[in-house]
Amino acid sequence: MHPAASVIAFTTLSGAGYGLLVWLGLLVGFGQAGRSPALVLTALLLGAALVAAGLLASLAHLGRPERAWRAFSQWRSSWLSREGVAALAGFVPILGLGWAVLAGAGPALRDAFALALVPASLLTLVCTARIYDTLRPIPAWHNRWVLPGFLALAAASGGALLWALGVLAFALPPHRGDGVVLLVLLALAAAVKWAYWRHIDRHPGGVDPAAALALPAGSAVRSFEAPHTEANFLLREMGFALARKHGARLRRLCLVLLVVLPALALALAWAWPWLRPPAAALVAGSVLVACALERWLFFAQARHLVMTWYAPQGPGV
Amino acid sequence: MTALPAATPKKLGLVIDLDTCVGCHACAVACKQWNDIGEWGPLPDVDGSGPRPEGAWLNRVHSYDVTTPDGTGMTLHFPRSCLHCEDAACVTVCPTGASHKRADDGIVLVDPDTCIGCKLCAWACPYGARELDPVQKTMKKCTLCADRIYNVDLAPEDRQPACVQACPTRARHFGDLADPESAVSRLVAERDGQALLPELGYRPVNRYLPPRPRRNKAGDTGAPARLEDGHGFDADRASPLLRWLDRVLTR
Repeated sequence: MHPAASVIAFTTLSGAGYGLLVWLGLLVGFGQAGRSPALVLTALLLGAALVAAGLLASLAHLGRPERAWRAFSQWRSSWLSREGVAALAGFVPILGLGWAVLAGAGPALRDAFALALVPASLLTLVCTARIYDTLRPIPAWHNRWVLPGFLALAAASGGALLWALGVLAFALPPHRGDGVVLLVLLALAAAVKWAYWRHIDRHPGGVDPAAALALPAGSAVRSFEAPHTEANFLLREMGFALARKHGARLRRLCLVLLVVLPALALALAWAWPWLRPPAAALVAGSVLVACALERWLFFAQARHLVMTWYAPQGPGV
Repeated sequence: MTALPAATPKKLGLVIDLDTCVGCHACAVACKQWNDIGEWGPLPDVDGSGPRPEGAWLNRVHSYDVTTPDGTGMTLHFPRSCLHCEDAACVTVCPTGASHKRADDGIVLVDPDTCIGCKLCAWACPYGARELDPVQKTMKKCTLCADRIYNVDLAPEDRQPACVQACPTRARHFGDLADPESAVSRLVAERDGQALLPELGYRPVNRYLPPRPRRNKAGDTGAPARLEDGHGFDADRASPLLRWLDRVLTR
């Protein structure tokens, strides 16, 4: 599948944003708001900005973005429509918590809005993942590792951003627990992605080209003439080939950026606390790049069944 | 509405004969021509007269070399277009309701005025039946010529899909596959018409008639059966001189 920059930007940025909002909601909801109200407000703003930027980026994927409002109507059947509705509804607790902090509302109301951030953000993440994992024609997406992958990467990147924000902008005092929790999140995300890659390698899916042509099973099929001489939408959108060549190397790079490099940075920051600010910046940047790379691979390595008719010999295209 | 009708009284669709299709692309061209001016058109191209023309076509014809398990070789031409599935995932994934399946005749259509071009329906279709219009930026697909088949302004013989009318080998048939007595249903019954990849669960309406068994042996084609025995020499019917020569040379 063609890795469109708009969709990669959307799912990476909004994933990090929702992950950050989930952690923020949990921290505030469970009484940590007192640590720094300014941090709460800044993190909320960053999370909302990431989510909004992601949603705007997703509009670039539409052929007719001016009609995007129509996408809120079919929530009964369409996960894409549900994602839109959930994303819009998710701004209620965001605005509520912002108002509660700014206006100095009571802690009960503030914590309620904060806790509401958690299910609202998770709901949008689940809708996003379900858009992909319900697509049966794309075996690399239609499997049980997609949803955990989206959630784990959102949790990891959101956690990394929140920690980096605390260290960089608010000089949070050294607290070894923070780093350990973050490291566990990153390792979990890496483990889930590794399991996902192992799954799609072992279960490539696909259909027998003979069956795709209504021929008896076991028939050997070779395309001798393409249906069209020039490119078309199907080949551009679903015939993406580059990632198969470099896939293994890019996966290793992704894991290094997601967990190895951040672990080294966290270790350095723990040993020499004055290294915490650069380490935090490195962790946040490295994890975000890893997420974008992972999302690129998620598209680039997924093969759509329609390629069976274009390249019946095998997974060449 | 992207909810699918539970069942449609009519199941209009195509039956495509893979035995007689010669891969001439007349169906694809006729389709492009009609739908460029049809109710769900146009079908504009980018660089239409230039060196790199590109645009949405609603029907694509693939050509294959096939060797069946019994060793028979054949050429197979395979027209690929929307199968108007009963469980059309392209409809249920649509976020706007532009993609819909008509409750009365089962035709799957896209409303060009409400499609946002999100491409999700094309991803959801395993058969590659949908192409994004590179100019209009909305999704295009086979309409089963819904603007022809009911069109009282056309002569009755023209009220059929453009591809069916254009096919020079009569490999394409149009009709109601819900009616067991229809010509297309009888054709499917006689020729063991196949649904494409039924195991995927989309319940396509269109059917493909598999190629008839190939006649590869000389006797099957009407040529003298003796031509099959290697060198074509029939000792029983040859003259005594030739029989003697055959014996000498065989030794």
